[in-house]
Amino acid sequence: MSDTLTKSATPTRTGKGNLRSKLTGWDTIIGVLTVLVLIIASFAVDNFGTSRNFTFMVLDLLPIILIALPMTMIIVTGEIDLSVASTLGLTSSMMGWLWNQGLSIETIIPLCVVIGAVCGVVNGFLITGLGLPSLAVTIGTLALYRGLAFVVLGDGAVADFPWNYTGWVTGTLGGGAVPNVLILIVVLALIFGIVQHATPFGRSLYAIGANAQAAHFSGIRVARTKFWLYVVSGAIAGLVGVLWTLRYSSARADNGSGLELAVVAAVLLGGVSIFGGKGSLPGVLAGVVLLTALQNALRLEDVSGQALNIVTGSLLVLSVLLPNITTAVRGNWHRRRLRQAAR
Amino acid sequence: MAEANARPENQPAQPESPPARPETGPASSADANRTPTDRPARPKNQPARPETDPASSADAHRTPTDRPAQPENQPARPETDPASSADANRTPTDRPAQPTDSPAQATGRHQPTDSPAQTTSQHQQPTDGPAQTMGRPQQPTEHAPNQLTQAEHNERAAGSKRATGQDAQTARLEVVEVSKSFGAVAAVQGVSFALYPGEAHALVGENGAGKSTIVKMLAGVHRPDTGTLRVDGSDVDFAGPGDAKAAGIAVIYQEPTLFPDLSVAENIAMGNQPLTRTRQIDRKQMHATAERLFRRLGVPLDPTRPARGLSIADQQLVEIAKALSSEARVLIMDEPTAALSAVEVERLFAVVRSLRDEGAAIMFISHRFEEITALCERVTIMRDGRHVATELVADLSVDDMIRRMVGRDLSALFPKQQVTPGETVLEVEGLSREGIFRDISFSVRAGEIVALAGLVGAGRSEVMQAVFGVDPYDRGTVKVHGRRLRKGDPRSAMAAGMALVPEDRRQQGLVMDLSIERNVTLPRARKLARLGLLFGGTERAAAETWTRKLQTKLGRLSDAVGTLSGGNQQKVVLAKWLATGPKLLIVDEPTRGIDVGTKAEVHRLMSSLAADGLAVVMVSSELPEVLGMADRIIVLREGRVTAELTRAEATEESVMYAAMGQEVAA
Repeated sequence: MSDTLTKSATPTRTGKGNLRSKLTGWDTIIGVLTVLVLIIASFAVDNFGTSRNFTFMVLDLLPIILIALPMTMIIVTGEIDLSVASTLGLTSSMMGWLWNQGLSIETIIPLCVVIGAVCGVVNGFLITGLGLPSLAVTIGTLALYRGLAFVVLGDGAVADFPWNYTGWVTGTLGGGAVPNVLILIVVLALIFGIVQHATPFGRSLYAIGANAQAAHFSGIRVARTKFWLYVVSGAIAGLVGVLWTLRYSSARADNGSGLELAVVAAVLLGGVSIFGGKGSLPGVLAGVVLLTALQNALRLEDVSGQALNIVTGSLLVLSVLLPNITTAVRGNWHRRRLRQAAR
Repeated sequence: MAEANARPENQPAQPESPPARPETGPASSADANRTPTDRPARPKNQPARPETDPASSADAHRTPTDRPAQPENQPARPETDPASSADANRTPTDRPAQPTDSPAQATGRHQPTDSPAQTTSQHQQPTDGPAQTMGRPQQPTEHAPNQLTQAEHNERAAGSKRATGQDAQTARLEVVEVSKSFGAVAAVQGVSFALYPGEAHALVGENGAGKSTIVKMLAGVHRPDTGTLRVDGSDVDFAGPGDAKAAGIAVIYQEPTLFPDLSVAENIAMGNQPLTRTRQIDRKQMHATAERLFRRLGVPLDPTRPARGLSIADQQLVEIAKALSSEARVLIMDEPTAALSAVEVERLFAVVRSLRDEGAAIMFISHRFEEITALCERVTIMRDGRHVATELVADLSVDDMIRRMVGRDLSALFPKQQVTPGETVLEVEGLSREGIFRDISFSVRAGEIVALAGLVGAGRSEVMQAVFGVDPYDRGTVKVHGRRLRKGDPRSAMAAGMALVPEDRRQQGLVMDLSIERNVTLPRARKLARLGLLFGGTERAAAETWTRKLQTKLGRLSDAVGTLSGGNQQKVVLAKWLATGPKLLIVDEPTRGIDVGTKAEVHRLMSSLAADGLAVVMVSSELPEVLGMADRIIVLREGRVTAELTRAEATEESVMYAAMGQEVAA
């Protein structure tokens, strides 16, 4: 269903170039790359293929992949949300504070999702209501929300969350190989995938990202659409804040610091154009898996944290660079063909 | 066209022309203009010019100082333009100095048999004012040597010969047989004219006549495909705007391009800042220069204030100061007065006149005839990318100018079907948007094609975009079938059955990176969805139906729409909106930039849609299209309705009159 999207990366395509462009599309490349990394790692790296490691990997994936779902939509519309990790931190703090106030965990969890959504409302209002640039606004709220998180909880931590909840997050289905949170990931990814790729709303995201004016002229409510994306992004960040807190059984103000960069990196690695209008969710999912699997494998090989950063950074640069190179190469082929035809 | 490109080859044997003017004048008959004998003013000068400048069109040869004796272009002219033949050759400064010559010319034109005296007063002494055919204001060339003696005249002619290739007689700027195409569209074809020092020269033409392309070539933005530009007699080739600037050509655009946060003086010195010995910007000198320039222009502006907050008029004066600081000798002004009040225009003109008198060559582009007659000595008229004529302004009535600007055959391209209009579909009442348009009221009935005509910038597109809801408006109402639409909400307009095919296909009409099918289904994706879900097959089927109906040539529907040709892109836009099943279709410049064949298809489509009861509003800058397609024509000028004409009343002239703010001729 994403066939136009992958193809749009090849502006100079001729009639029969369809198959090749599909094969050389970024979605395919990243997918194949991910599978290769998984296969090689499970043979070459000790303990990589164990079910225990699989559970850890899924838990590592969890925050990045969930936040990446709305982030993909936001970047497709040509905007960005850098405040997600701070929203996560704020909800984590709030969760600890509310727990200390004696509220029940069943009340706290939905409340924290709402707090995340409110953070999104603030972003959305500043960006679509006042027309401010999303990069500047969310860098601002990145600092603001993190600051609020420290105001709420200070340097301390709240750790005494009920066992049945923390256990569910880290546990597996019936004690087997499938982590409980994987179900959550699959359900949310399916919902977001369908909305993005098979609904009128999803169609409008690409139109907005590629040409907001033409979208406006087609009756699409550009500002309203973007506003709701930020609200959803905030709510998901709030949910991840809850999950993060439960996983480590620790509510802290600095939870999830720097996560926004990992999310943006994964989305871009997945082939979403930072300029908007291009990209697909399957690509992003592959990108997240690739990034996490690579880091997991290297960590198992006792590669230091600094070296991991080098790998992540290089991958991000490559992900931005490679599509440009392939486009340029294709353009060259095309021009050469034209020149030969002219002769 | 013929007269415009009249070449020296067409001319009667000019060199033989006897210099003795007094004898020939009265004797010559009706075709005085065409005979070399009655054009003795510059006998010596004549032969030389065709040789030195064979390529340029006849009109381009005229200079302000030795204008009279260039009959080369005469033979061709009278056929198309009897009204202004003889005087056309004269240039501003010595225009009236042919007393003996005049009766003949006048006779040739108006009074074949008698009253030489009267005609003389009519055509030969424009500076005397009252007898001017047009009753227009006096030419600004008061220094016209009305009393030049024959001797003086000859001397001048002789001098001019001597000076050939040098200052006084050399065109400051010459455009020689210049052509420029963009893709398949020939924007400018074989245009020639010349600007002389001390001349204010108007360039007029309809929208799309090629004026802007000429300006851009002179500014170094575009490069001519063929032809030559000459500055002070030598060929130039501008690789970029910098080269044009270095050659002394300054262009002042309608919208000044100042840096708002820099001071006025800094703006003037931009790119050319004076430096101190330590290689820092010498602010003192910068301010002194600015002050000196302002004194010279006679404008009281503070060089230290920021450019932000200056009126458009003042910004233009700063641009002029900037041009002067770079010692521009050619000043090209592209509709500088569009945003100015009458007082500001007068101030600008005073400055321009003084520059002209100091020897600068001015090219002035305007749609306001009163300004052209007030400022310019000569006018070059363009139409459809071609040079039509270069004439003395004094010799042309506004009628003449308009006729030549629009004068072409209405092609039979417009297959308008006769339709009896049905009930009223659209009612617009008192629609206003601050600074854009005011008090717009009109209605459109089913089966009717109503055209919004006017010049670019008259506010036509803005009105229709406000009606559709993509733009806001301040006051007024928009009703469809009697129901009022929500302001600024395209969805409410679409729900009421309105569709807008916008002016700018690339920016407003289509999402170029998306596929054809996605573009076609974009406005009604919600209606195509089943249970909120939308799949490729549904979209493809819907897109297939409409692109086939419009005979769109395409590879696959999944191709990006940007890969199609302009005409087929336009069909996709039409398909996109016709697929919504509209009751009212607004088309803004529906045939801009598309080939002739597709144009005719689009016209046929519009006509048959109207015949099926669709109400159509068409915004168009192409007069033939407006006249050919519309049942009614609403003419806008500067944001107001200036005329509403029925199909029967409308002619190119009446529409242009209304568009340019002249009274509608009875």
